[in-house]
Amino acid sequence: MTQKQFEQFKGSSDYVISDPLKNAVNVSIVLQRPLIVRGEPGTGKTLLSHSIASSLGKELIRWNVKSTTKASDGLYIYDTVQRLNDSRFGGKDVSDIKHYIKLGKLGQAFTAPVQVVLLIDEVDKADLEFPNDLLNELDEMSFYIPETDETISAILRPVVIITSNNEKELPDAFLRRCIFHYIEFPEPDLMEEIVKVHFPNIKSSLLKDALDSFYVLRKIDDFRKKPSTSELIDWIQALMASGLDGKIKDGEIPFLGTLLKKETDIDYYVSHHVRKKPQGRGYNISGN
Amino acid sequence: MFTPFFYKLKEKKVPVSITEWMVLMEALDKRLIGNMSDFYYLARAILVKSETHFDQYDVAFQEYFNGIAPPLEVTEELLAWLTDPKNRPQLTPEEMAAIQKMDLEELLREFEKRLKEQDERHDGGNRWIGTGGTSPFGNSGYNPQGIRVGGPGGMRSAVRIAEQRYFRNYRDDMTLDIRQIKVALKQLRKLNRTGPEDELDLDRTIDATCKNAGEIEFMWKRPRKNAIKLLLIMDAGGSMEPYADLCSQLFSAANSLSHFKAFKYYYFHNCPYDVLYSDIQQRKSETIEHLLKILEPDYKVIFVGDACMAFSELMERYGDIYFHGYQKMSGIDTLKHFRSHFTHCVWLNPEKTVLRSYPTVQVIAKLFPMYDLSLEGLNLAVKKLVTRR
Repeated sequence: MTQKQFEQFKGSSDYVISDPLKNAVNVSIVLQRPLIVRGEPGTGKTLLSHSIASSLGKELIRWNVKSTTKASDGLYIYDTVQRLNDSRFGGKDVSDIKHYIKLGKLGQAFTAPVQVVLLIDEVDKADLEFPNDLLNELDEMSFYIPETDETISAILRPVVIITSNNEKELPDAFLRRCIFHYIEFPEPDLMEEIVKVHFPNIKSSLLKDALDSFYVLRKIDDFRKKPSTSELIDWIQALMASGLDGKIKDGEIPFLGTLLKKETDIDYYVSHHVRKKPQGRGYNISGN
Repeated sequence: MFTPFFYKLKEKKVPVSITEWMVLMEALDKRLIGNMSDFYYLARAILVKSETHFDQYDVAFQEYFNGIAPPLEVTEELLAWLTDPKNRPQLTPEEMAAIQKMDLEELLREFEKRLKEQDERHDGGNRWIGTGGTSPFGNSGYNPQGIRVGGPGGMRSAVRIAEQRYFRNYRDDMTLDIRQIKVALKQLRKLNRTGPEDELDLDRTIDATCKNAGEIEFMWKRPRKNAIKLLLIMDAGGSMEPYADLCSQLFSAANSLSHFKAFKYYYFHNCPYDVLYSDIQQRKSETIEHLLKILEPDYKVIFVGDACMAFSELMERYGDIYFHGYQKMSGIDTLKHFRSHFTHCVWLNPEKTVLRSYPTVQVIAKLFPMYDLSLEGLNLAVKKLVTRR
């Protein structure tokens, strides 16, 4: 079997990973195709590439995509303003355009002498045509710079991880060339492992209570933003610092504000799930 | 190999292409896939590019593979264990006896039987398939000739995972929210250079400056702006009541997108005749004749309505059930006017396919391309609106 060559990525100590995702990563490495990772916010899409880089011992090149990012920015930038400035006021040799070509993140990943991990973060933030503009470059792992008549091609094909928040649909032609994985929200078992990575010394009773309460909240569909993993971690930290347990008593949850970030969600929870007290006192959502 | 599965996926409307299928074949060829569970996830990762199609994939997988049992991995692992010389010396006499108790086939049969009976995860214990127990089946257990089943949560076989249909809620033919509508409508876009020349054109500036012997010469260009104009015409009639929420979502999505060059909306009741209303209570009205004069033909028109009415309401000149006798034109002629004036019109119908055989629906669907008022339908409609005719 080719098991040895296949099992390249095994997850790292600070990142808990499900088997299907691990396999998807390995397939994308072996088949040399970009891996698109999609999922709810806070499920660790971006951290995945950090984990891959650290466990494979490779450098991570991160390209943060913004709404103004153009595909060509990732390849190279021809710094015309600098050249103009130099021609006027003197400086470097203006006749050599090479001085004014700066490689973008994609270009850096291609020209790296060792294999690197390239993260294209939040690819859907950019213009709708953005992914299509990168099709050929990601396929062939090379691009052409007309200004200097040079072709930059990858010395070693980088491991490409692309994350997407599903803001915009990605074009089919782009998707066809990729491996796709959707990170599901972790089930309680996996979540337990994830929490343990963050808090190795957590008491098992606290962990159990906190997770039970957390998944009760997750089941409420009417929240604008359901609490995610990162909120859970913050909440547990607050619980540990205060010495409280994570049980829901009469619907009340300590430090509710760390779990629910929208005012409307807190209002909704308090009015629908907190048992009303006869004295008519204000409801305790801050935990003391 | 598995070619019928490819067609099964197509049949279930999972958009798979030959390219992706070839990648899967490559993965199989490179022996990246060791067992059914791996196959389930990897085939999904390679073939399915959106969680909205995971459910259809699950259904296809279930239908295709359900007949094929038991998973090959079990036999292989078991045989490997039985023939693995390393494990033998460590066995105690009881364990050796235990092996003799059950032969391979019996074990497999029992495994399947228990897998069928079992409906939840079990840790510990001595019977069910799970972890940490002494049952012959499971993971991290103590039974020496046990079948180790997968990794965490491993007793779910691939087909069983498919059976759970976790992704039912992600199907895009089911739900719509404002954000999704916005994303869909954002595709309505045609960037044109318009307005004053106030954007610095770097490349031309440099060219001109060089020609000017280094004396800086600025060149300007017009910024790019969306040139799309949208006209939304909604049925506010009684039969549309159940879809009021859906329609208001569509409206608020379109209205809050500061994305169009122009956005106009009107209402009608059951079928448009002579006038359209600019408020939902239908008090302020404008004649269609006037509207077709002031609205340029390049407006993209979206009708929203169930298109269900009495045949006479649509076809006859005095068909309007609310204002008898004052009509200039029948509903169908009014619609035909829209069709010929505007270059791009679509009709979104919130009624599910059951009512599509309704005669008036069929007549209107001949005039305008008709789509479901679902995310999928909206996307198709938007595509129709931006394509050239």
